[in-house]
Amino acid sequence: MNAGATVEKLRLENVSLTYDDITVIDAVSFGVGAGEIVGLVGPNGCGKSTLIKGITRVMPLKTGRVCVDGLDVRTMHYGVLARLVAVVPQNAVLPEAFTSFEMVLMGRNPHLGFLRYEGQKDIDIAVNAMRITDTWHLAGRRVGELSGGEKQRLTIARALAQETGVILLDEPTSHLDINYQIETMELMSRLCRGNGIAVLAALHDLNLAAQYCDRIIMLLQGRIYTEGRAVEVITPASVKAVYGADVSVLSHPKNRLPAVLITADRKHNRDEERRFSNG
Amino acid sequence: MTNGQDEPEKLQSVSLKWKSRVIAIVCLLLLLMIVALLAIGIGSTRISFSTTLSIILSKLPGVSITPTWPGPIETAILNIRMPRVILAGVSGAALSVAGATYQGLFRNPLADPYLIGVSQGAALGAIIGFLIPLSASALSLGIVPIFAFTGGIGAVFVVYSLGRVGRTLPMTTIILAGVALGAFLSAVSSYLLITSGSSLHGISAWLMGGFSSPQWKHVWVTLPVSAIGMVFICLFGRQLNIMQFDEEQAQQLGINVERTKRILLVVATIITAAAVSFGGIIGFVGIIIPHAVRLIWGPDFRFLLPLSVICGAIFLITADLLARTLLSPSEIPLGIITAFFGAPFFLYLLRRRKKAVF
Repeated sequence: MNAGATVEKLRLENVSLTYDDITVIDAVSFGVGAGEIVGLVGPNGCGKSTLIKGITRVMPLKTGRVCVDGLDVRTMHYGVLARLVAVVPQNAVLPEAFTSFEMVLMGRNPHLGFLRYEGQKDIDIAVNAMRITDTWHLAGRRVGELSGGEKQRLTIARALAQETGVILLDEPTSHLDINYQIETMELMSRLCRGNGIAVLAALHDLNLAAQYCDRIIMLLQGRIYTEGRAVEVITPASVKAVYGADVSVLSHPKNRLPAVLITADRKHNRDEERRFSNG
Repeated sequence: MTNGQDEPEKLQSVSLKWKSRVIAIVCLLLLLMIVALLAIGIGSTRISFSTTLSIILSKLPGVSITPTWPGPIETAILNIRMPRVILAGVSGAALSVAGATYQGLFRNPLADPYLIGVSQGAALGAIIGFLIPLSASALSLGIVPIFAFTGGIGAVFVVYSLGRVGRTLPMTTIILAGVALGAFLSAVSSYLLITSGSSLHGISAWLMGGFSSPQWKHVWVTLPVSAIGMVFICLFGRQLNIMQFDEEQAQQLGINVERTKRILLVVATIITAAAVSFGGIIGFVGIIIPHAVRLIWGPDFRFLLPLSVICGAIFLITADLLARTLLSPSEIPLGIITAFFGAPFFLYLLRRRKKAVF
């Protein structure tokens, strides 16, 4: 189930990140193995996005270190890092005047020398990335004309065009309809297993995390509250402690993974509940 | 998931159109040559295209053409009109490409080369140059260009130092610092202007831009500086493309964002200051030419930058031609021409801009 047998692609050791004096991530350590999807869950502001910034050196680490393929990212050239780690950002600014294809092709940037133009190989890779994210039909359209979900799939295509061993996803499904949520996560697990890519995904949907992640890390105020397999992490107690929400956690009827159900506190529902318990 | 039928057409639509873009560059270069030669020929004495060409060719090493033209014409062409046309072309090219660079760096379609204080600094420098009583003979280039260049670079240096936060360069802070320092420098300039007395006319003419006293030594200073700077900027086309994502993503795509910003800001500032120091504050070139190029050939900076160079040169050579011929023998300041023709064109672009071109 976990990375025991596989190669560890991404390793965080004692990582802390701060904005001025406010500690956002506090001494976090974990690893992601090749072929593994690790989910990062936790309430808004718990530091999921900040952690991704720290891993990609957008924010300097306060303490600790991040290693990719055993190499410390702090001493790495940005181009080298971009060949190892790709990011699918959340609500990102995109170059609106460019076509979708041109934008996905920009994912090839770290593989190109200073004055090199994209060759046929790069074009093929970009086309393939667009096909598997179902964005190929948008190729000639201007990025600015597209919907939020289409843009999100384009950023996934761009990350795939980067051909990295590690992919970091920041709420990759937040703008997507349920079919594309499933498709995106299916795509990630296929790539993960097929190509031995290590995926770290910040997710807000606990059900999605339970279904697709090999391991889940639950963050609370910048620290790891609990981590492990879905059944160990997603419990009514942990959801209450971390999110402050009362939920029921059932066992999924098909695969026994935890499924989170919410209960609305309204009169109609209480009546229904009473009727139901009275038989 | 994929539809096999539309494949060839689809692949066609995503091809990068290198060919048409390269053809556009070559054609525009030819057009630039023709415009330049015509502009050299037109003036108070009109000289035919072929004579102009012959006179210029006769000066090239290894070419011998028997002169069939009077000596004064040769002097007019070689010593007055040619340096003037070259200066106008180089300045137009430099201002356009600097404008395109600033627009790309700031991700702001309204950015122009004067956004962060070059013009105000150069203007103050130039005014001081005009007001200093000593003769400038010690400095053979003339005191005004040197002061203008120093003022322009100095102003941006101050903006850069004020806007810097640690080792990073937040673009919003840079713009705000630029606007604030620009206002301060303009205040000083205005005061000096109203107390300038007899120098007022010369200063005003300089501020509106123009190349009324062209000299070869000006060309020999501006041309190499601008040429090197422009080639250098053109090499950063792909980096500027990637930087149209936000800075975070650009870095995650392998761009050293801070270094790229620093290099491009410095180089764009130097070529702007070089253009301004001999041509004065010529407005509108730096903002409309990149936009026009973007409208016609698209947003890819790898072509936007070189095409801006060529189109900027053509535009300013033409504008300068109008400036010296429309009301001949008196000259219209070049800034008036560029704004008079440039502003309506820019408004037309704004009206036409149904779909975002930036």
